[in-house]
Amino acid sequence: MEIITNYIAFWQEKYSSIFVYTYQHLFISFVVMFLSVLITVPLAIYMTKMKSERPKNLIFNIANIFQTIPTIALLAIMIPILGIGFKPAVAALFLYALLPLLRNTYAGVKSIDPSIIESAKGMGFNTYQRILKIELPVALPYIMSGIRITTVYVISWTTLAALIGAGGLGDLVLAGIGYNDKNMIFTGTLLAIIIAVILDLILGRVEKKISRN
Amino acid sequence: MFLIELKKVNKIYEDGTQALKDINLVFEQGKINILIGPSGCGKTTTMKLLNRLEDFTDGEILIDGKDIRKLNPIELRRSMGYVIQNIGLFPHMDIYDNVATVPKLLKWNKKRIKIRVDELLNMVNLEPEVYSKKYPSNLSGGQQQRIGVIRALAAEPSIILMDEPFSALDPISREQLQDELVKLQKEIQKTIIFVTHDMDEAIKIADHIILMKDGYIVQQGSPHELLQNPLNDFVREFIGVERLENSKTLPPLNKFIKKEYIEISNKSTVKEAIEIMIKKNISQIPVVDGERKYLGTISLYDAIRNEDDKLKNLIDDTVKVVVNTADIDVVVKSIDKAKSSIIPVVSKDNELFGLLDQNLLFRALQQIYENKSGVA
Repeated sequence: MEIITNYIAFWQEKYSSIFVYTYQHLFISFVVMFLSVLITVPLAIYMTKMKSERPKNLIFNIANIFQTIPTIALLAIMIPILGIGFKPAVAALFLYALLPLLRNTYAGVKSIDPSIIESAKGMGFNTYQRILKIELPVALPYIMSGIRITTVYVISWTTLAALIGAGGLGDLVLAGIGYNDKNMIFTGTLLAIIIAVILDLILGRVEKKISRN
Repeated sequence: MFLIELKKVNKIYEDGTQALKDINLVFEQGKINILIGPSGCGKTTTMKLLNRLEDFTDGEILIDGKDIRKLNPIELRRSMGYVIQNIGLFPHMDIYDNVATVPKLLKWNKKRIKIRVDELLNMVNLEPEVYSKKYPSNLSGGQQQRIGVIRALAAEPSIILMDEPFSALDPISREQLQDELVKLQKEIQKTIIFVTHDMDEAIKIADHIILMKDGYIVQQGSPHELLQNPLNDFVREFIGVERLENSKTLPPLNKFIKKEYIEISNKSTVKEAIEIMIKKNISQIPVVDGERKYLGTISLYDAIRNEDDKLKNLIDDTVKVVVNTADIDVVVKSIDKAKSSIIPVVSKDNELFGLLDQNLLFRALQQIYENKSGVA
């Protein structure tokens, strides 16, 4: 009983700063997702049109390498380049998000039945019309599932951004460790989980709706 | 109408293999032209040259006198219908949008598109109210390819390219779609270039067959011409012995005319007629006048019954006669054996020409029907 009343008191006292952390967390994650989708989707589509294998492999390998660097190390590497705070955090997480998004979009477009592409060509779609009206919509379920998986990852990774002063729910956890405050650690963790689950549910529903046809 | 003409077209791949060798070809306008041959013969490549999905190395392709290399490929493709083997409907679009694809690319107004799509759906007996809003995955293979065909017709192209459109369908749907295409073509009269490897399909629907092998044209002509006069062993083999046997028809009528026969002049007596018939073992004899004009026949039994009568009174002129220029199939169908044992053949000016050799005809018929029943 006492734990619950204590926890309620904690929220009453800290709710405004909890909202700030949550907002920061969401903001970092969304900026990361927005930028990475903006870059990877066109890049992946361009890669599906590449005739030679070498540049494709190079891009995948680079994205792979970023993915192998431990998150905390990648964040640290960003400090000498971009300093501390929001920018280096976004940059590091962006590099992380590249691979899953690139992979899914590329696989999605590549998996389109070649007869669909052939009939689109034969009916007189030019390349841009074909990408926008045929390839993207047909590959959209794949692309959406990539976005969904990556979003969940990014929400989780963003907790580490607090280490380089970008704020977010990670700050709550870190402060909790500093003050030995279990309520802070618990709240930070719980909110990160809740955000991830909610976004996963929402994006899952969008994905289902898109792929129904 | 658009005239499609290929002049000395060659296609050589970068690795040096020659896909097409000196193709000279004029497609028949408003007809179903079938490109056929074993795989790798260049039939699909030849078709894809026309909408520039494939390029050629040298030579010339003219559509309505215009060099297609000078035409914009995108516009060229929009002006032709295109149906492929794997149908290739767009899975994210409903049937309406699929059929409306090319009209939309051509920026027709909405009302015109709606009218056209409904008209096309009705043409293949898929009610617009039911099917417009369905998605391709809700349709059977046969229905999907019907949509594939009408999608190609949507913007009223004069030329339609079809790349083995029915070969992925089950046999029943395939037959149905073939029948529908033939029926449809009677209304729309497009120049259809149809690629297939199925000779039955070709014979069934083609107006003109172009048989290819190793990148060149071996023989072209109507299905009848190919069946009657296969150029060489390859053609015979490709068409198949059974089909050739099946398509065999009777030799012309003059092969069945017996020139050694006995006739009798109308000046003879009945007694003379009886004598000749008994001697020659026949029961009926044709009668001619002094100028060898055919008058009719006399039967042995009539003659015996009326031995003392005048010969001209016994002439039966109701016996079926055949004019020597008649078509053999017509003759076969008109024979009524019960009425007469002989069938005289006369020339156009009614001169007796000979008798129909019924034994020979019977044997020829026997052979044809044996072959046919052997493969039925």
